[in-house]
Amino acid sequence: MLRFLTRRVLGAIIILLLISIVTYFLFFVLPADPARLACGKNCSNPDLVAAIHHRMGLDLPIYQQWWDYIKGIFVGRTMPDGQNCGAPCFGFSFANDTAIWPLLKDRYPTTFSLAVGGSAAFLIIGVGLGMLSAWQQGKTFDRFASSISLIGNSVQIYFIGPLAIALFADNLGWFDHGHDPTWTSDPIGSLNGLVLPCLVMSVIFWSNYSRQTRSLMVEQLSEDHIRTARAKGMGSKYVFYRYALRGAAASIITIFGIDLGSVFGGAIITEYTFGLHGLGNLAVNAVGQRDLPLEMAVMLFSASAIVIFNIVVDAAYAIIDPRIRLA
Amino acid sequence: MTTLTKPEAQPTPQGSEHFLSVRDLYVQFATEDGTVKAVDGLSFDLDRGKTLGIVGESGSGKSVTNLAILGLHNPRNTTIAGEIVLDGQELTGASPRTLEKMRGKKMSMVFQDSLTALSPYYTVGRQIAEPYMKHMGASKKEAKDRAIEMLARVGIPQPKTRVDDYPHQFSGGMRQRAMIAMALVCDPELVIADEPTTALDVTVQAQILDLLKDLQQETGTAIIFITHDLGVIANMADDVLVMYAGRAVERGTVRDILKTPEHPYAWGLLGSIPRLSADVDVPLAPIPGSPPSLLNPPSGCPFHTRCAFVDTVGGDRCSTERPLLPAGRGSACHLTVAQKRDIFTEQIQPRLR
Repeated sequence: MLRFLTRRVLGAIIILLLISIVTYFLFFVLPADPARLACGKNCSNPDLVAAIHHRMGLDLPIYQQWWDYIKGIFVGRTMPDGQNCGAPCFGFSFANDTAIWPLLKDRYPTTFSLAVGGSAAFLIIGVGLGMLSAWQQGKTFDRFASSISLIGNSVQIYFIGPLAIALFADNLGWFDHGHDPTWTSDPIGSLNGLVLPCLVMSVIFWSNYSRQTRSLMVEQLSEDHIRTARAKGMGSKYVFYRYALRGAAASIITIFGIDLGSVFGGAIITEYTFGLHGLGNLAVNAVGQRDLPLEMAVMLFSASAIVIFNIVVDAAYAIIDPRIRLA
Repeated sequence: MTTLTKPEAQPTPQGSEHFLSVRDLYVQFATEDGTVKAVDGLSFDLDRGKTLGIVGESGSGKSVTNLAILGLHNPRNTTIAGEIVLDGQELTGASPRTLEKMRGKKMSMVFQDSLTALSPYYTVGRQIAEPYMKHMGASKKEAKDRAIEMLARVGIPQPKTRVDDYPHQFSGGMRQRAMIAMALVCDPELVIADEPTTALDVTVQAQILDLLKDLQQETGTAIIFITHDLGVIANMADDVLVMYAGRAVERGTVRDILKTPEHPYAWGLLGSIPRLSADVDVPLAPIPGSPPSLLNPPSGCPFHTRCAFVDTVGGDRCSTERPLLPAGRGSACHLTVAQKRDIFTEQIQPRLR
């Protein structure tokens, strides 16, 4: 297990470095110059542009810039304009010269809460529906659930989001409009404001889970060892939960790990639909404003989430399936 | 003995005290292409302490018959007609709950491929202990002790440590032993062994067969032994039922079937066994053709499409009239008793030496 973890963590670091290189270098492939945002109408003055370039560190060779950025994350750095930036340093925003790490820390609770709530919702609803469908295989509920899944798969968040707000917040008044959580000062209000975003986000995911779970369970139920379990007199429910679900769990966890990675990296559309300020919102701003340090930070965060959950999933395999020994 | 009024006459008169009686069993599956007649009017009896061998090619209805006895068919697309009586209890009409309580306790099954037939997710010990806890109301501790005892009984070394192993940590032969331990954990009175040695090499196969025989002598269980291996049948069975296309085509003691078989299909089965003593220049004589589709079985005698003696019977009797299986020793074939005897001694037997 220790060897497995060391190997995977080393691999993850290499992957993250590669991602950071690609992100950094791709930025310079695009023609727009971030300095132009800063100088506006005065950009006809080449000296001014050069000065801004120097302040942003853009006058250094690209590999040097990249290395300074990566090094700064671990040991901190002094910016070319003399500002001090302690570790972990993700630089200062090109757009408004604020430090990025505090910004991330400020935004992450929203993304984290949305990810936890949303993924719990789609896992429970999706897997639950899929199991019921498999149990009722071929009957009315099964067909009903398949249709619902198809609808869930084809709707968009920006369509059902406003619909849900109009119905549950404006008309029925069951939940707040979505808003950013402030867990320390108002935990109940935070929870209330997250219900709708989490549920709406879960819709596009759970249809996938219910269909996957259903087909995995149906496949498992036709396995020989299920027949053996029934042949020794174990009840259908017992066989369903203890044998078939156990077999389906490994595959469900695989897709769950991938989806977890993506929701913890920020849910752009959900955040926009409900006016939340999480990582997704930050990412869109970064790209729109040609804000390289912010882009890098958000990218590294999202990528780390995906890489970490992949390691967790692989470790979970070994617990679920004794045939897999991690080494 | 009764008269031959049904496709298969009763092996013995009704109301006799057989431990297991199967009467006119029909098992049909509804598929998209039509109805598959997997078992088509099958009757047989089995007494305690005896072993019935069921032989036949793949798709002859051997396994389906036994899944029907256990009630393990899919109720959604399967129809079962006929009578299965186990120790006075009617099984074809029994509720799923009744069957569930009997499975594993009164009757149990040893499956063919122990790697897929055991769950990879639970330890061997747990899988053996489960039915003991359910049927005997034993505690976890008692059931685990019982599992260790059973593993020891089927000859697994160091059962106390092996009980916590997973199936993939066992060798093929050990897994099959564990499977037998699992089937026998509640001392069932009927054990159905569905090709339990097919996936094993010959030495392990012999060990497993010996083990089953020993356990049968200790406990007096009735065994239904399904196989396509006549060598195994010779070793294990008291009585033999030869099945073809969902029907019994010949019935007799193991000696009858191996020494004086009557049905052309049984001749074919015996003729296709390679013999070490045979002349190397004489080719094996396989049965020509392939098993018939059970969606659309041949008219008359189902074997007539592959049978070399249709002309001996004469006319179109073989393709129009279904031959009956007489009660007790006998075969479902239109050849006369004298013809069967003559053909066997003159044409078949010389090839079997």
